[in-house]
Amino acid sequence: MAITASKHIKSWLVAFTILTGLTMPAQAQLTVDVENTAADELTIAVPGLSTPQSAETPAGTTAELGNKISDVIVSNLRSSGLFKPLGRNQVRGISFAEVTAPQFPYWNGTSASALIQGFVRSNGDGKLTVGCYLYDVALETELTRTGFVVDPGDWRRAAHKCADSIYSRLTGESPFFDSRIAYIAETGPKGNRRKRLAIMDSDGANHRFITNGQATALTPRFSPDYKRIVYLSFLDGNPRIYVYEIGTGRQTLITQSTNPTFAPRWSPDGKTILYSMAIAGNTDIYKVSAQGGKPTRLTSSPGIDIGGSFSPDGSRIVFESDRSGSQQLYVMSANGGNERRISFGGGRFATPEWSPRGDLIAFTKMAGNFRVGVMTPSGGGQRLLTNSWQDEAPTWAPNGRIIQFFRTTRGSGKTGIWQVDLTGRNERQLPTPVNGSDPAWGPLLP
Amino acid sequence: MLKYATPLLITASLVLAGCAKKAPDELPPAPTGTSDPVAPPAPTGPGYAPGSQGDFLANTMSDRILFDTDRYNVDSQDQVVLQSQAQWLAQNPNARITVEGHADERGTRDYNLALGERRANAAKNYLASLGVSPTRMTTVSYGKERPDALGSNEAAWAQNRRAVSIVVQ
Repeated sequence: MAITASKHIKSWLVAFTILTGLTMPAQAQLTVDVENTAADELTIAVPGLSTPQSAETPAGTTAELGNKISDVIVSNLRSSGLFKPLGRNQVRGISFAEVTAPQFPYWNGTSASALIQGFVRSNGDGKLTVGCYLYDVALETELTRTGFVVDPGDWRRAAHKCADSIYSRLTGESPFFDSRIAYIAETGPKGNRRKRLAIMDSDGANHRFITNGQATALTPRFSPDYKRIVYLSFLDGNPRIYVYEIGTGRQTLITQSTNPTFAPRWSPDGKTILYSMAIAGNTDIYKVSAQGGKPTRLTSSPGIDIGGSFSPDGSRIVFESDRSGSQQLYVMSANGGNERRISFGGGRFATPEWSPRGDLIAFTKMAGNFRVGVMTPSGGGQRLLTNSWQDEAPTWAPNGRIIQFFRTTRGSGKTGIWQVDLTGRNERQLPTPVNGSDPAWGPLLP
Repeated sequence: MLKYATPLLITASLVLAGCAKKAPDELPPAPTGTSDPVAPPAPTGPGYAPGSQGDFLANTMSDRILFDTDRYNVDSQDQVVLQSQAQWLAQNPNARITVEGHADERGTRDYNLALGERRANAAKNYLASLGVSPTRMTTVSYGKERPDALGSNEAAWAQNRRAVSIVVQ
């Protein structure tokens, strides 16, 4: 890789390898030192994107959009905790001709190890072409280039895709910025919380409330194609799972049963919905076609079996059960059977979520504080990533590198959406207009 | 007259305050204002309509039973409470109840919904064993969504782990 010849980038890559822990001996991973936030960040210059000729679009001029796209790239890269981007208020602007011919002598005189340049061009058909180029400053070479044709109103997606291509090129990890999050927006006092279904981009932009809050909404999940959201609502006075169609606003009950239903999850192919249902107080796990039809019961223990999550290949399900006397994690076949407990070692374990990479299962561990952690699907390598009074309900970034969860404040009951990477570092709160809980990170946008 | 009016007002507000403390979440429906030919029910005790939530609260030991952490068993203390509820239900054969199951905030959301449902069913099943027809009882779980005590301490959590019987009008 050409990049390894660069002194700055090389040293940063070493730091990243340590961050990801891919080559670390196992004993160094067992505990997470949340006090240690020192980590090398790669300095990247991100001047405003240029334009061959500024043109009006429904979303503003192409020159304005160039600046806005640059700002979103800066914000995305900074939020990952791995980069120190220098935005257009810190570096000089560039001409259109410079986009493919960087002035390396100038950039070598700055602190930047990498350089992102690009352009926004208005096409004749009302669409935009956004070009995005990544350069190694010391080596004076191009590392990657990508181009996107988007409607002017989708300029933020072009910015996320540019940031994704740079993140992937420099880390070797899969992209994740171009994705969306469903969650529950919370307002009002602790004894009378108003809980509304809401959606937003992975960086909090394009925020939209879906329900009005008259009925309590909980535990949403985006379908893999982002066309539907499955969630729990007290719409008819009882907790029931509904499928909400984003395009039409129509929603339907997942089953016609009068029994309460909880904890809905999609299968990775979007064809099946996993859920739990209580009959005479006993909760078991079921699955049903997303088109409706006859549900299949998957568990039959006298305890509470709930919170199932499919492996990314769809062959297995991880769920929680209190059949042993306290909440623990179990793995079974996708059609039921072959149930095997995977969590041991004290404390209660809940809300398991299988990583989209398949290698890990995220969970909430309750032993004093509620903390978010990960373990392998066979129950090994248990690591806790957070430590606060009440962190719960992990959800994975599309690349399986970052875990989002919600944190409740003791006393006030106020909630916020937080995220942390797999190393336990880069913990930060995601900005939401009001309190937020039950985050559900969708896959990369199609 | 004023000499008497003031203490009367105080008494009235004390009674109201006493009610508010134990009052259910839902208020009785507002009067319709139409000239209903049906005679008003004869008042019992301190002015509650028979078969109402107020009457239920005044004539049972409690509208609720409490549970230990993660438990849903009906202990001997709970049995006495539910026996008084069953007795009232026997005396008011037209009354129906919804048993609400709740959990404290120190649990995960999904599990607490299932746990609340299990608690509500435990109370319902015990009432049924005392002869209350299951067709007169429904259950609903609110999980940790509707705390009664708002603190984050053992005392508050103990109050929130509850099954509450609400008379359905």
